[in-house]
Amino acid sequence: MSAAPGRPQPYGAMAPDVESFAFTPENLEEAKKILARYPAGRQASAVLPLLHLAQAQHGGWLPKAALDYVAEFLGMAKIRVYEVASFYDMFNTEPVGRVQVRVCTTTPCWLCGSDAVLRAAREVLGCEPGESSPDGRFFLREFECLGACANAPVLWIDDDFYEDLTYERAKAVLESVVRGERPTPGPQSGRKGSMPAGGKTTLLEVGE
Amino acid sequence: MPKLTIDGELVEVPPGSTVLQACEAAGREIPVFCYHPRLNIAGNCRMCLVEVEKMPKPQASCALPAADGMVVRTNSPLVHKARKGVLELLLINHPLDCPICDQGGECDLQDLTLFYGPDKSRFKENKRPVADKYLGPLISTHMTRCIHCTRCIRFLNEIAGVEELGAVHRGEHMEITTWVEAALSSELQGNIIDLCPVGALNSKPYEYRARTWELKKTESVDVLDAVGASIRIDSRGNEVMRILPRLHEEVNEEWLADKSRFAYDGLKKRRLDVPMLRKAGKLEPVDWKTVLAAVAERVRATDPNRIAFLIGDQVDCETMVLVKELAERLGTPHVECRQDGSPLGTRPRAQYRFNTTIAGIEQADVCLLVGTNPRFEAPLVNARIRKRWRRGGFTVGRIGVPFDLTYPVQDLGAGPPTLEEVAHGWHSFAEKLAAAERPMLILGTGALARPDGAAILSLAHRLAESVRLVREGWNGFNVLHTAAARVGGLELGLVPGPGGRDLAGILDGIERGEIELVFSIGVEEIDPKRLEKAFVVHLGTHGDRTAPIASAILPGAAYTEKNATWVNLEGRPQRGRLAVFPPGEAKEDWRILRALSEAIGRTVPLDTLAQVRMRMAELAPQLGEIDRIRPAEWGSFGRAGPVDPAPFTSPIRDYWRTCPISRASSVMAECSALAAARAREATGTHG
Repeated sequence: MSAAPGRPQPYGAMAPDVESFAFTPENLEEAKKILARYPAGRQASAVLPLLHLAQAQHGGWLPKAALDYVAEFLGMAKIRVYEVASFYDMFNTEPVGRVQVRVCTTTPCWLCGSDAVLRAAREVLGCEPGESSPDGRFFLREFECLGACANAPVLWIDDDFYEDLTYERAKAVLESVVRGERPTPGPQSGRKGSMPAGGKTTLLEVGE
Repeated sequence: MPKLTIDGELVEVPPGSTVLQACEAAGREIPVFCYHPRLNIAGNCRMCLVEVEKMPKPQASCALPAADGMVVRTNSPLVHKARKGVLELLLINHPLDCPICDQGGECDLQDLTLFYGPDKSRFKENKRPVADKYLGPLISTHMTRCIHCTRCIRFLNEIAGVEELGAVHRGEHMEITTWVEAALSSELQGNIIDLCPVGALNSKPYEYRARTWELKKTESVDVLDAVGASIRIDSRGNEVMRILPRLHEEVNEEWLADKSRFAYDGLKKRRLDVPMLRKAGKLEPVDWKTVLAAVAERVRATDPNRIAFLIGDQVDCETMVLVKELAERLGTPHVECRQDGSPLGTRPRAQYRFNTTIAGIEQADVCLLVGTNPRFEAPLVNARIRKRWRRGGFTVGRIGVPFDLTYPVQDLGAGPPTLEEVAHGWHSFAEKLAAAERPMLILGTGALARPDGAAILSLAHRLAESVRLVREGWNGFNVLHTAAARVGGLELGLVPGPGGRDLAGILDGIERGEIELVFSIGVEEIDPKRLEKAFVVHLGTHGDRTAPIASAILPGAAYTEKNATWVNLEGRPQRGRLAVFPPGEAKEDWRILRALSEAIGRTVPLDTLAQVRMRMAELAPQLGEIDRIRPAEWGSFGRAGPVDPAPFTSPIRDYWRTCPISRASSVMAECSALAAARAREATGTHG
């Protein structure tokens, strides 16, 4: 089990608000690498990856100090960073649980049973969508289309997609995450990627 | 040049125009909310939809480049339906509180709904609630009324150069905010009230005080700085209710600095409204006859060589004509209009003017600021410099104390030694100035109002000559004044005559008892301790700094209370007009001096305003041409000498409180306290 960059392990309770924020030395290196991708004078373009990095470092949400830090890091006006952070759903600007559990409930997922996935998430995490779990470790929310409709319904936990879910499969994935494990991402039905659910129908002569 | 057909009419517009501009060129009125000719195009209100042939849907004309051969319809059923639809959508979340809204009567949304909108809403659901935001003591918000045109955001980003407002969240949840409940820090923030097409941003001091249609509108000019912005004074009864900018492309465009806009409550506070005379050490109210007789008697008993006239910062030209005439008749040469002690002479005129003109800044390519902080001394001049910088290819250098001017500035040094280097061509910036096509220098009064001012002025002249600031059709030498009266005083020649004392001489004279009687004509910026030994006759408007030490007080009229002429820093004579009457027994200043001259027995034979203005045109013909700048002659000026290496400082530390009116204003006091707190926080010396 490998941690995504910037993510502290193991998951603890909800990250508190802080007066000041700074990248850890590793994240600072990472931030410099990200910054180097953009031409001189266009550092502001790095605002999205840096906000992701800051959010991951701070346990799933961005305190004001982190937004200010990123603004200063990039030489931008603070309000410009606030605009970006508030525009995108992926950024949380209020304290939430460290692990982001996002259930896609847009039409294709809904038709394929996202209600059951959501029910499983409610039961396992013990909170409603838009809330953090009582122990503060998890943040559950409904999400708009995650773009994985071929494998609907989909659950997005931190950086991993769990696909082809049913109530039981979702429950299993979530319970494993609650135990502090990292289940294998991808389709939980056993099929590979978004191959046809009933097995191959074309290219039959091509070997595995 | 693209040619378009607008409603069947062929128009030709410059390349780069938008369809909206083409429609306007064809005389069609396109309703807009978010579009503003001085701001970047946002294209988000959709009010300007027009029908363009071969395009399947109505097009937002403000964001559509005009192309050759376009056929545009602005009056078709489709366009009307589109406008009606847009308005219905905008009104979905707009509250129906026009009867209590300050914008009522001058609201774009109200007007356009009347002309183009639906008569009823089909929206049955609840309107969206939005919390009001705190933007400081000048702007009040009613964010439910906001239609998200983003004009306020764009103004602060682009023109004021202070990125503090933004649109957070998105879609239906979008809100305009500072995010962290911080007051705006710009000196031009009041303009977003005018820009707001609805009642979301209102003037806090004016809020709920009046309805627009009950106000008398008087077109006048501003005197709180030397820019002379065109203003409209809105009054009700005998009270100034608010002050708004008026369009004047060459001076203020359509903007106004906050002090000029919001300090008007100072016109109603601490006013001198009755003549007073000091009896047994105490100022007591008396009638006009008594005070004039007492002053006249004192004048007659005093040797004219021991009488001095000092002129303040907001004195109008008519009053100065009377001062000049009266001083001549009394035979005193000690007349001084340079209250700040600057060494500027009256000839050649180019030495004290902003010769490039404010609009001319847009032609410059290099600018050197010397001892000035234009952001505080003349926010509208600073906005022009920023406007020029935004177009690109413009370098600004500074000799003086660093300060954020909202555009990048190359700091060359802090004081006269650097100026010497540049003037002698030892500094690389001198080459830059010499190589520029239209270089300009802005010399602040912070560099002049110091003991070595004459030598600094001489250095500036040397610099002007060495890099050829003055060329064919271009004069790049500029003095940035802070006082509305200064250029007028210099044009009229209110400087010490032969054998006369200048400011320092007069103040020393008072100290040594050689000057016994001082006429303070609106003088408020001189340490009263330096005046108190003399018999001070104070003609002023406010119980500010000089009144407490005055022996006689002649209550005068503030700038909103008289018909008068002021000359702005460019040398542009402009007329202010009476909007309300002076309070109590206060009178127009020139009339007071006229009456005083009669009481003394040396009558100045100018009985009407027309006669005073005629005399003014004799003394200085250029002042007879209102709103025209007669170019100033160039020549040599200044006096070479040793300079003090101490850094230049701006004469204005606290932008919000610089004159009797702004010091009397409680709104300005609040802004000043806020700015001080912000400065403390920035330097980290709090707590």
